[in-house]
Amino acid sequence: MHDNCRFTIMQLLQFTDIGIYCPAGDFYIDPWQPVQKAVITHAHSDHARGGSENYLCHHDSVPILQLRLGAEIHVQGVAYGEKIRMNGVTISLHPAGHVIGSAQIRVEHEGVVWVASGDYKTEYDGISAAFEPVPCQTFITECTFGLPVYNWQPQQVVFDNIRKWVYDNQQVGKTSVLLGYSLGKAQRLLYHLRDISPEIWAHGAIYITNQMLRDNGWDLPELHRITPDTPHSVFKNNLVIGPPSAADTTWMRRFNPYSLGVCSGWMQVRGHMRRRNADAGFILSDHADWHGLLTAVKATGAEKVYTTHGFSSAFARYLQENGIPAEEVKTEYGVTEEEETNPS
Amino acid sequence: MKAFADLIKLLSNSTKTNEKLDALSRYFASADPKDSIWVLALFTGRRPKRTVNATQLATWCLQMTDLPGWLFEECYHTVGDLAETIALLLPPGKSIATHPLHFWLEQLLKLEKASEVEKQQFILNAWDELDTSERFVFNKLITGSFRIGVSQKMMVNALATTHAIPAPTLSHMISGNWDPRQITLDELLNEDVTGADASKPFPFYLAYALETAPDVLGVPEEWQAEWKWDGIRGQIINRQGQLFVWSRGEELITEKFPEYGPLLEHLPEGTVIDGEILTYANDFPLPFQTLQTRIGRKNVTKKQLQEAPVVFLSYDLLEWEGKDIRTSPLSERRQLLEQVVERVNHPALRLSPAIIFHNWSALIEFRMQAREMGSEGLMLKKKDSAYQVGRKRGDWWKWKIDPLTIDAVMIYAQKGHGRRSNLYTDYTFAVKDGDQLVSFTKAYSGLTDKEINEVDNWVKRNSIEKFGPVRTVKPELVFEIAFEGIAASNRHKSGVALRFPRISRWRKDKPPEEINTLADLQLLLKMQQ
Repeated sequence: MHDNCRFTIMQLLQFTDIGIYCPAGDFYIDPWQPVQKAVITHAHSDHARGGSENYLCHHDSVPILQLRLGAEIHVQGVAYGEKIRMNGVTISLHPAGHVIGSAQIRVEHEGVVWVASGDYKTEYDGISAAFEPVPCQTFITECTFGLPVYNWQPQQVVFDNIRKWVYDNQQVGKTSVLLGYSLGKAQRLLYHLRDISPEIWAHGAIYITNQMLRDNGWDLPELHRITPDTPHSVFKNNLVIGPPSAADTTWMRRFNPYSLGVCSGWMQVRGHMRRRNADAGFILSDHADWHGLLTAVKATGAEKVYTTHGFSSAFARYLQENGIPAEEVKTEYGVTEEEETNPS
Repeated sequence: MKAFADLIKLLSNSTKTNEKLDALSRYFASADPKDSIWVLALFTGRRPKRTVNATQLATWCLQMTDLPGWLFEECYHTVGDLAETIALLLPPGKSIATHPLHFWLEQLLKLEKASEVEKQQFILNAWDELDTSERFVFNKLITGSFRIGVSQKMMVNALATTHAIPAPTLSHMISGNWDPRQITLDELLNEDVTGADASKPFPFYLAYALETAPDVLGVPEEWQAEWKWDGIRGQIINRQGQLFVWSRGEELITEKFPEYGPLLEHLPEGTVIDGEILTYANDFPLPFQTLQTRIGRKNVTKKQLQEAPVVFLSYDLLEWEGKDIRTSPLSERRQLLEQVVERVNHPALRLSPAIIFHNWSALIEFRMQAREMGSEGLMLKKKDSAYQVGRKRGDWWKWKIDPLTIDAVMIYAQKGHGRRSNLYTDYTFAVKDGDQLVSFTKAYSGLTDKEINEVDNWVKRNSIEKFGPVRTVKPELVFEIAFEGIAASNRHKSGVALRFPRISRWRKDKPPEEINTLADLQLLLKMQQ
C-alpha cells in the first residue's frame, strides 16, 4: 500500500474507483475494471465484469462466469464456508440467496471481520442456496429496495397469481409472455411453474443459460428455443419467457394475441408498472425487501454498516437513527440491463 | 370495495381504450347499482365533499407505522402518490372488507361534523378492514382524483353500451346537478332530460385543432369565423325563474359570478346560451391569470369584482323559448343569438363577434392579429352545423396561433407523479439576467419517454444540491419552452407568469450561454399589453 496510508488505521476493505479493495490481501470484490484478483459475489454483469486475470467465486457460479465472460478465463470455484488464505487474509463465501451461486464475501484479518453482501434476498427461493446471516463487525449491504414501501408477499402467493393469470389467458386464447432476467428470475419461474403450460418457449438468452444449468445438473425443465423460423402458431396458450430488454421491441409481435407480465420488485409501485405498459405486474424480486434488509443487518451484529446500490442514503440514515452507525458509499453496481435496477 | 379496487387496477394498467371500455361495461353490468352511480359520479367530476384531508391521513399513518417523517417524505417522492404511499406503508390489516363502495363514501360524507378523534377512529378502522389495493382506492377517494385515463366520454360510451341508450342522449342525461345519495342510476337514465332538473346543462360541443391551412375546409362562404377566447367555456341557463351558470367542467358556478345575476331579469324564460366567461375591461380581455383569482374562491370580494370584472361572450344559442334548438343550423342559431343579446342589452352579456372574411388568405391575416386582439386564435364553424355533443371532427375547428417560445436552461428537477413516479420529470427553468440565472417557469410535459429517461439519468449524475425532493442541477441542459401568453406577476422572481408552459424542444444544439434573457421575456410582456 502507499506510504501515506501507514499512519492511518487501515480499513480491511476500502472503496476505490475500481471496486471494493482489500489492501492486506491485495484483491478486489466485484471490481468494475480489470484487476489481478477478483472475488465475485455472483455472475450478474454489473458484479462480474470481464478482463481480470484471476476470478474466485462459488462453484455454481463458475460455469455461468465462463458462459458470460469466456471459457478461457482463470476462475477458481470454492464451496460455501470453505476458507481461502490470501496474504494472511482469510476469505470465505456464504449463501446470499440472490441467484444460483450467489455469495456474500466474508473477509477476516487479525481478528477483524468484514462482510460484503453482494446482492441478496432473505426469502428462500427453492433453487438458490438460502441466505445465511454472517456475524461481522462491518457489513457492506446492498439496498436496492431500501424504502419501507417495498415489502414482498411470500413467493407462493405470487406464483399462484401467475398461475391464475396464465390460466385466464388460456381461456381467451392468449399467449402469456413473462419478462424476467435470464439469470435469477428465469430459473425461479421455471423451477416452480414448469407444469404451467404444455410447452414453455424462451428467448435465446434465457434458453442458453437454462441449457447450461441443466448440463450442470440443475433440476430445470427443458425449454423450447424461439428462433426467427419458429412458426407463430406454436405459442398459443403457452408460456413464453423473455428478457426485460424484449419489452417494446418488434420481437414481441410474433406472440399476438398475448398478455404481457413483468416480474420485478419495482412492480410494487403503480406508476412504475404503468410506465412498463405491461398487462400484469408480479411483485417478485431477487433482492431483499425493507424488512429483509433490516433483519439481515441486525442478524450480522455489525457495529458499522456501509450501504450501497439503491436507496442507500435513506437506508443509511434510518439505520443511523436506530443506533447502527451507517454510511452511504457509491459503487457502480446496479447500473446494467441485466440487474434489477430502476430502468430509468 | 374489492370489485371497485379491481376495476381501478384494470383501468390504470391498461393503455388501450377498448380494454378500459370493456372493463367499465363489465363492471356496470354486474355492480350494485348504488355503487355504479357513485362510480359515475367519481369519474364525471362529482367528487364528494372532502371531510378528511391528506395531512390527517399522513399523520395517522405515521402514528401507526412509527416511521420518521423524513422517511415518509422520501417514500412519497418515490411513489409519487400520497394515497398509494400510505397504502404501501400501513402494517397488514385483517383484510376482511365486506362493505361496498357506496358504504365507504356515505360514511366518509357523514364525518363532516365529526370530531378529529372520531374521524381518526373511522379511518383506522377502515384501514384495518381493507387490504392493500382497497386501502389505496379508499385513500384515493379522500385525497383526489384517480388520474387513470378514464374520460367522461369513456364513461358515457360504457353506460351507453350497458343501457342501450345513444351516447349523445346519455351524455345529456348525466350532465348537471345530481347527488349519488339521492338518485339511482336507473332514475338518472330514465329521466326526461328537459324535465325535472331545471339547471341541467347541455353537453358542450368541443372542437379539434386544425393542423393545416384552412383551404382544405373548402369554400370560405360556408364557414363562420370567430376569435378564440382564453377564458372558461360556460353555459348560462334561464329556466323556471332561475339563473344557472355552468363551466365546461360541469361545475355549477353561478355564485362565483354575481355579474351575471341581473341577466335573470333580462333573459327570456327557457334560454340557454353557450359562451366564454372572460375577465374584461375597457372592451378588452384581461389575462387569464386575473380570471384565476375569481375561480378558487367561494365568496367574491368587492376588490376582486373591481380588479377582475367578468363578462359573458356569447357563442351560441342552444335553447330558445324552452325548445332545444341544437339541431338547427348554426346560421339560424347565430341570428337568434344576435337578437337575444341585442334585446337583453346588458354589459355582462356580449356577443363574441363574427369575423367577416371573403377568402382564406384574408383569414390568415386575421389570425396573425389574434394576439393583439387578446385572443388565442380563431374558431371556424360550418354555417350549417348542428351543435353536437363532445369533441367531434368536421364541422368545428380551433385554429390557434403559434405559441411564444423562449430558450431556457434547466436549474431544478423534481420527481414526478403517476406513471412518472421515481423519475425526474418536473423541471424549473431559468433565463439569463447579466451573469445571473433567474427562474421563470416550471414545465412538466413535452418530452418523449425516451428523452425523460435521458434527462432523469443526467439529473442523477449532475446534481449539485438536494433540498427535500428538489435537486439543483448544473445549468447545462437547454430547452425551448413554448407558452400561450405572458402576464406580469409579483409572485415570481422573474416578474412574469406564463400561460400553458411546456417543453417544445430539447435544444441539444445550443450551449447554455446562448439562452434567452430576462429582457427578452420583458419585451414579450410589453408586446402583449
